[in-house]
Parts: sequence; structure tokens; C-alpha cells
Amino acid sequence: MAADTVAKKKNPNDPFRKYDLTLAEKLYLPAISKGMAVTLSHFFQKKVTMQYPEEKPEVSHRWRGRHVLKRDEYGRERCVGCQMCELACPADAITIQAGEVPPERRHLHTTERYAVIYELDMLRCIYCGLCEEACPEAAIYLTPFYEFVEDSREKLIYTKEMLTEKTGGPIFYKD
Amino acid sequence: MPDIVAYLIEKNLVTVGIFGVVLGVVALLTYGERKVAGWMQDRNGPNRAGPFGIFQVVADGVKFFAKEEFIPDRANKWLFVMAPTFTFIAAGTIMAVIPFGDRIVVGGREILLQIADVNIGVLYILAIGSLSVYGIIAGGWASNNKYSLMGGLRASSQMISYEIAMGLAIVALIMDHGSFSLRAIVLDQAGPIWNWSVFTHPIGFLIFYVAAFAEAGRIPFDLPEAENELVGGYHTEYSSMKFGLFMFGEYTHFTLASGIIATLYFGGWTIPWVMPPETPGILWGLLSFVVFWIKALFFVFVFMWVRWTLPRFRYDQLMGLGWKRMIPLGIFNIVLTGGLILAFEAWGIAEFTIGIFIAAIVLTGLLIVIFDALSPKETRATHVAGSEKV
Repeated sequence: MAADTVAKKKNPNDPFRKYDLTLAEKLYLPAISKGMAVTLSHFFQKKVTMQYPEEKPEVSHRWRGRHVLKRDEYGRERCVGCQMCELACPADAITIQAGEVPPERRHLHTTERYAVIYELDMLRCIYCGLCEEACPEAAIYLTPFYEFVEDSREKLIYTKEMLTEKTGGPIFYKD
Repeated sequence: MPDIVAYLIEKNLVTVGIFGVVLGVVALLTYGERKVAGWMQDRNGPNRAGPFGIFQVVADGVKFFAKEEFIPDRANKWLFVMAPTFTFIAAGTIMAVIPFGDRIVVGGREILLQIADVNIGVLYILAIGSLSVYGIIAGGWASNNKYSLMGGLRASSQMISYEIAMGLAIVALIMDHGSFSLRAIVLDQAGPIWNWSVFTHPIGFLIFYVAAFAEAGRIPFDLPEAENELVGGYHTEYSSMKFGLFMFGEYTHFTLASGIIATLYFGGWTIPWVMPPETPGILWGLLSFVVFWIKALFFVFVFMWVRWTLPRFRYDQLMGLGWKRMIPLGIFNIVLTGGLILAFEAWGIAEFTIGIFIAAIVLTGLLIVIFDALSPKETRATHVAGSEKV
């Protein structure tokens, strides 16, 4: 009993207090009107939904999306098929078969070694960016492009032709 | 003879017209509810199908028809199939007595914008309105599923409890207006805005409104379908258009309940300070019709507003509110109204005016304060856990 009287002295505004509901609390109505006011204020508030296909979020330029294989200033493929990215890839998404550059295509490559096959499984890839870090030739980069949806698994295994950029140029580091 | 033919044609036209309008409004409300829900949660709501997503109604309808129709293995097939229909019919039949508008005089004929001006309209509403619970009980029982049965049982006991409170609120209203005819009640409220019954029966309105929520099975009284306790309640086993009918029945029920609230307490189709003309034309008829729907749709909005604000009652809280608070308050309201009518007559004030609003509020407040002082202290623990004493 003594404990009860002590508890009664506590702050009536404390919602977790144990004893003595006030009359207003027992009537429910003040609490209900307070809640209704909150929902009505949200009714007129600006909506937060982004209408996705029409309206797109701005992503960081460091966003890790679809990969690109770079070319250098002379339009040569930077990738030399060293398989460092394949080794670094934690998801085993990259498959590379290296080969020797035929003499008639020598002007398209920086060295005599190149990737004959460069396949990147976009479904296996976890977009961690370790390939980008591992690459000694600054050949592979992850881009902010993220909309690549297909209706089959096969279509999402990207080949070297799909990944390599069409024209070359110096690499600008934005940050 | 041609008189009867003309009468039949007129009544059929009015009936089909009102039925069409009500069903159209109810169909749009399924979209409206989702829109309101979205806005209250800072979302946009459906906005893909058609302009502002208005064709969502069509999409939902097509979806209901296209879904698999499932009947549980050991269900009572007849009852299972009939239950949703029954709920929907019982909910829809209420519209027969609601005055959707004033009369129109066309070519010397008087056409009432109401299917039937029955002189026991209020009793009819009380009788038919609670019938829809039979469909719920039948559906819950026929499903051969314990959750469905629990939902049905909850629906029936809830309906019984709140029917009484609703009836008591109406008794006080009838004592004032002196008629069971809804048209007469509406006409009695014509004139200045304080003629509306909500100002002369504030307590009755509160009771009636809360009871209407319980009758329509809307949050915070949607225990028959409490998702987190009973899966889906009475419609757990229902799919396809059978579930659609249950849902449509619920929407019809609360739309018409809003119409009844507007009729009984907010002057129905009357416009404040505007007396209905002697020979009303089609324009006045349309205007009264629109005014009725504006009032009714406001209450529909409040139904939705409350749904997205309040949590569900626990079962014993629901029963406690019904039996221990609403019904005593209803009885007190009858005594209060009767006393005030007598007192106002004795003082020679013919009109039942704004004074009664203040008197009712003050006296009821006094009653509540006295009872609160006399009753044993209720702790938060007992309040939450129901009956146990701490």
C-alpha cells in the first residue's frame, strides 16, 4: 500500500506510470482527437513517393552499377587479360580467357596479351567494386547506370563487346 | 389505371436511379479508401490505372472475377455461397428508406427522391441494418474454419451490444422529432443550422456514431476480421468475387450508415437557413440530392480517417465500452432529453434550441465527473488488462 501512495505522486504526464488514469485518459476522446489531428496533418502534407519510371533518383557518381571496360587515349583496349579482377571477384562473376594478340590487331591493344573472352555475369556480381580496385591497367570501372533488366539469365551474362566502351579517352578521376 | 402505371414507372425509375448511384459511389469508395490511406501515410495511393488511378476500381473488379473461386473441402456449400450475398443484400436494403433528396414536382406529379417514405423508417433501419451480421455468422460457420467461426461469433456479439446503444440514442431523437419517418425527421431539421439534431442531441450523436462504427465493422471495431488474431476473420476462406461481395457489402454498409448519420443528425438533404420550396423543380431536387451526398461523403471520409488513425480495440475493451459506458450513457441521454423537453415546455420555450446543446453537454459532463469521483480508482494496469484489480 505504501508503495502505491508513493507511485501516485509521480508525474502524471509520464505515459508509463503505473497508477491513476486521469479522467481525460479514461474518456479516450482527447487522445483520439489528438491522433486524428496528426493523421489529418499528414493527409495534406507533400507526398514522399518518387514516381520512379517518370522521375528518377539522383545517384552519386561513385554509384557502383553496370561495369564498363575502358579504352585509352588512342582507342586501345586497356584490358590486358591479366585476370586480376577474376581473382579478386568474391562472387566469381568474371570469366576471362587470355590470349595473344594477332599481329594484324596489334594496334588495338596496349600489349601482346589480351582477353579473348571477357564475360561478366551481372546476376552473380555483387557490385562490390573489388575488380575496379584490383585492376592494374585502370581498365574496368563501375558506372552509375543501374537500369539493366532482362527476361532471362542468359541475357544478363555480359560479353566483352557489351562491356567495352566504344571510344577511348583519358580517365578523369572525379574525386 | 394509367395512374398506377405512371406510379410504377416513377417508382422503378427512382429505385433504379438510387440503386445505381449508391453502387457507383460505393465502387468509387474502394478507390477512395486506398487514396485516403495513401495520403494519410504520405504516399500517393493508386495512380497508375487511368487519370489519377480512377480505373483502379475496374482493375480491382476484374481481379476479383479472375481469381480462383475456392470452396473449402468440408464447408457447408449452400451457406458458404449464400453468406456473402446475404450480407450484401441486407446492407443494400437499408437504402430503401433513406431520403436522398427532396420531392420534385414534374407535370403535376410529385416524385419523391426516396425509394419509400415508410412511416417506421428508423425502425426499418434498425431491423435491416443488423441483419447483415447473419451473412457474416453464416459465412464464418460454413467455412469450417475455427478462425472464421470466431470472427462470426465476434461479429454477432458486437452487433448485439452496439445495437442496444444505437437504439437508445435513437429513442431520444424520436422523442424530440416525434416521428419515425426519416423524411419527417429531415423536414423537422430544416431552417437555421442549429435545428440540426447534432446540436440538440450531442450525446446521442456521439453514441450513434460510435455504434455505427461497430455496426459497420470498421476500425476500431473490426474485431470480426482482426487480421493479426484471426487471419482474416469470417472471410478467411473466401476468395474471388465472394470475398469481393463481403467487402462490397461492408462498404455499402458504412456508406449508408454515413447517409443515415447525415439524415438523422445533420439535416439530411436540407441546406441550412433554406426552407424547401412549395413546388420544387428538378433543379432543387438535384441540389438536395447533391447536398445529401456532400454530407454523407464527409462522414464516409471520417470513417476512413478514423480507420487510419485508431488501433483496434481489444475484445473485452469493446464489450466494456458497449455495455458499461455507451448503454448507461444512452439511458442517461433519454432521461436528459425527456427532462429538457419538459423543462423547455414548462418555461414556455417552444423551440428545442441551442440551449439544450449547452445543457446536455454540461449535465453529461457533470455526470461523468461525479461517476469518476465515485468509482474506484482505475489504474493503467487494470485499464489495460481488463478486469483484474491491482
